[in-house]
Amino acid sequence: MSAFKPLGGRMLTPTVIGLGALAAIGFFFLAIRFIDGMGAVTNLNGGYAWGIWVVYDVVVGTAFACGGYALAITVYVLNKGQYHPLVRPALLASLLGYALGGFGAFFDMGRWWQFYNILLPWNWNFNSVMLEVGLCVVAYIVVLAIEFSPAFLERLGLRDVQRKLNKLLFLFIAIGVLLPTMHQSSLGSLLIAMGHKVNPLWQAMELMPLLAIITAVTMGFSIVLFEASMVTVGFKRPSESHLLSGLSRAITGLILVYLVIRFAELLVRGKLGLVFAFDFASLMFWIETALFVVPLVVLSSPAKRSSGRALLIAAVSMLFAGALWRFNAYLITFNPGPGYSYFPSVPEIMVTVGIVAFEVLAYIVIVRMLPVLHDAKHA
Amino acid sequence: MKRRDFLKVAAGASALCGMGLAEARPNLEPAPQAVGMLFDSTLCVGCKACVAACKETNGMPPVADGDIDYYDSARDLSGDTLNVIKVHRDGNASTKDAVTDGFAFEKRSCMHCVDPGCVSVCPVTAMRRDPITGIVTHHPDVCIGCRNCTVGCPYNVPQFQYDKTFGQISKCQMCNQAGVERISKGGMPACAEVCPTGATLFGSRDALLAEAKRRLTLKPGEVYNYPRGDVRNPGSHHEKPAPAYLSHVWGEREAGGTNVLHIAAVPFDKLGMPPLDERSAASVAEGVQHTLYNYLALPAIALAGLTYVVRRNTDKNDGGES
Amino acid sequence: MTNQDKFELLEQRLGISRRDFLKFCTGVAATMGLSTSEAMAMAEAVASPRKRPVVIWLHGQECTGPTESLLRGQHPSLERLILEMISLDYHQTLDAGAGHDVEIAKDASIAANKGQYLLVVEGSVPTKDGGIYCKIANKTMLEHTREAAEHAAAIVAFGSCASWGGVQSVGPNPTEAKGVGAILPGKTVVNLPGCPPNPYNFLATVMHYLTFGALPELDGEGRPKFAYGRLIHENCERRPHFDAGRFAEAFGDEGHRKGWCLYKLGCKGPETYANCPAVEFNDVGGGTWPVGVGHPCFGCAQEGIGFAKPLFSLAEVKTHTPPNTFPSIEDREGTSGMTAGAAAVTGAAVGAVVGASAVAASKLGKSEGDSSGSNQD
Repeated sequence: MSAFKPLGGRMLTPTVIGLGALAAIGFFFLAIRFIDGMGAVTNLNGGYAWGIWVVYDVVVGTAFACGGYALAITVYVLNKGQYHPLVRPALLASLLGYALGGFGAFFDMGRWWQFYNILLPWNWNFNSVMLEVGLCVVAYIVVLAIEFSPAFLERLGLRDVQRKLNKLLFLFIAIGVLLPTMHQSSLGSLLIAMGHKVNPLWQAMELMPLLAIITAVTMGFSIVLFEASMVTVGFKRPSESHLLSGLSRAITGLILVYLVIRFAELLVRGKLGLVFAFDFASLMFWIETALFVVPLVVLSSPAKRSSGRALLIAAVSMLFAGALWRFNAYLITFNPGPGYSYFPSVPEIMVTVGIVAFEVLAYIVIVRMLPVLHDAKHA
Repeated sequence: MKRRDFLKVAAGASALCGMGLAEARPNLEPAPQAVGMLFDSTLCVGCKACVAACKETNGMPPVADGDIDYYDSARDLSGDTLNVIKVHRDGNASTKDAVTDGFAFEKRSCMHCVDPGCVSVCPVTAMRRDPITGIVTHHPDVCIGCRNCTVGCPYNVPQFQYDKTFGQISKCQMCNQAGVERISKGGMPACAEVCPTGATLFGSRDALLAEAKRRLTLKPGEVYNYPRGDVRNPGSHHEKPAPAYLSHVWGEREAGGTNVLHIAAVPFDKLGMPPLDERSAASVAEGVQHTLYNYLALPAIALAGLTYVVRRNTDKNDGGES
Repeated sequence: MTNQDKFELLEQRLGISRRDFLKFCTGVAATMGLSTSEAMAMAEAVASPRKRPVVIWLHGQECTGPTESLLRGQHPSLERLILEMISLDYHQTLDAGAGHDVEIAKDASIAANKGQYLLVVEGSVPTKDGGIYCKIANKTMLEHTREAAEHAAAIVAFGSCASWGGVQSVGPNPTEAKGVGAILPGKTVVNLPGCPPNPYNFLATVMHYLTFGALPELDGEGRPKFAYGRLIHENCERRPHFDAGRFAEAFGDEGHRKGWCLYKLGCKGPETYANCPAVEFNDVGGGTWPVGVGHPCFGCAQEGIGFAKPLFSLAEVKTHTPPNTFPSIEDREGTSGMTAGAAAVTGAAVGAVVGASAVAASKLGKSEGDSSGSNQD
């Protein structure tokens, strides 16, 4: 018997309707983007060719969707079976996050009708980080769908297929760990080629992939904490703090590793002066660093780690920290040259908001319909 | 596999990475028969003939400035502008090429990097460096419009047509793209051809670099016979006293060098040139990428290890059902 | 006296029809960019039966080009001008008399019209060795000019030689030739450079002086702004070819035959201030001025350019000194700042996440403090 059960319950709650409205607004502006071109909706320009659709929807969005990845490492690689109950909801969130990240990448493509060119091997440029990101993301969406498919198969009662799939699932799980490792680090490598445009406080050249993967895994653990907390509160389910506190140790450990590398890089390359310049970039650096430090403080003792409230605060802070690191590097302190400026337009933001709303909406609908959440009695 | 073993494997992989990084590739070298242009800011009189000729040759529409739509008045490169003459002003901007209270013209168009960032980052090989001429070309038939080329270009040259439903990337291809092919037919880019003062000069990269360096040795006021058109076979010359050149050929070394060289009497950062090291960012990125993904060896090893570990662990956990 | 009476008298006096006369005045006013009513004021000034203004006209080192140019003015023709409109009391080329008589007449006229006569000088003034290289009636040009200038109501230097020295002042300049202004420090000299100068710029200046009793507005080099306020380049009929990059490469080539821009052949229009393309020469129309007939402007009116700069050297393009319609280095296409709406939406989105988290955190905190568990509302 499966340990997972559909949540059931009413579908058309005010939350769902509100999220649906936001999603509808987003899709309305997306329609305009496809009819009149990107300029009609976005504030993209010659210096800022990548706006929030890339930086939020793809770069940050897929990092937020690293829950499945982080838990797969924990459960299947490090063999901590006790976290198994958290896997399925995390996989669902990852699948949704990645699917919409992939969709985001698609509608951000200036020549979307030719997207298939990236799948044709004779077009591949093996020097391109973007190629690696693109292929890995596409492949990982497929892998996530397979990893999550037992939930569908259970619901449909296809036990035979499920049993056969189970025999092969270890392979997909292994690929499902490898792929995010590759492309999440590459989302940092993308910044290397931008060279001087990336503020020196963020441009760590060869270390970019390492910093990106560490923060991505940390954000993955954090999103698991965040989702679990939200599910607890939102669906009024029993708290899973006992499981989450274990994950929080991983978070604090990874943050420490991250901070050591981050500051060592600044120290070795002689950039500490910029840290204390107290200009805009150093201000952003300190806000970002503070957000990284908050979880360390909030989760400093075992007692604190068992508090659901502290866990949530730490998780949210870490998510903001990881997101801000990406935003700072890609957009906020990104400087393509004198005279360029960018702030997303309202329609541009509404598309991203709509996508996120749709993601949350889909999550709510799916956990009510499919066996995703762990049955409390089995816990 | 125990956790310790796994960590050992991970450490080994990291060590491999570290070794590979030391082998990161150097900057690319100029193409064997690299052609380019030399823009001498001090010769430019701001007539914009090159801007007009560029639009005509490349079939680009004029860009309106606000409500004024009867002149082409592009402010910068865009999906509809491959070349634009801009001005740097200082103080009362009364004296040409003076650093204080002066003004200086600057041509913005593709620099045709020797080690082009756009070519390095393009996932689908829509940006290519011609193996013989070194011209950086664009191929919209495969382009997916991800605009990594814009982001990866130190000069923000490739520009997407955001205003079009089905836009494309636009960039200078030295008037040698299919259907124009001026250089292949023995000609030169339209901007160099029309330039009345030879401020934009066409030629091989070597000849242009030599010409640029010759100019930098001139004493201010010394009369020099400036060529026009193709530096190797000038259509005509004109004599002019040399200005006080800055001793710097932009593009000789910057980020691996460019085929389009600039010389000026005003510091290049004032003319909007980016702060570039001699090492191209593209070569660093490729070094990292090739270290991690050469022949997909590391991912393959990692996958083998992961498969083994996951298999063991899922067996113990009663199947991989998640 | 009514205007009607005045013009009847004028018709008798000048022997021209009133209609022709008004046409002339309107034409001259138009040259200066004046209105019709001001043209009528000019007409009245000339028509008024007062004493014709006295003009003393000196020649220095020159080719008599300015006078030759004036001879070719058609409205008015030279004889009308000097016989009916002004009283040309002294002019070495046109005087009927000669020798001591004209010198005596000149001195007498200057004495009789102190502070009221107009001094016109054409030709440069040699200054080396006391100015001995140009003598008339045993007096140097230097002396002639200084004497005549002392009591002149206004001084006009007609032609490039008188304005800034002209061809003699360039190159070795063995006589140390100078313009009139240079030897009359402190005096206002109206410079009408050109080689030859355009007669209508002279006529218009004189008419302005007669009409308004004052000289037209001058620029920093003493040139009337109405005639020298703009570069030839700005009014040139070939300018569109310059803007489009269509240049004649050689005399007689395709571009030259098609009337393209002559910049590459050394045209100095971009650095020469004069109204040649607007006024043209010889009243025949059809683009009769150097560039119009296919020769690059050689900058005859511009000190430091004409005779000084080689014929085929390229001009510095003065109009493109900023301010002009050049984008600055920092100008970019399609950059937009943060709008209030976008800031508000961003704030709302971030706020919603933070707010939801805060609510959840507080609920989690409460539920942990409350032993009844998490199933309460």
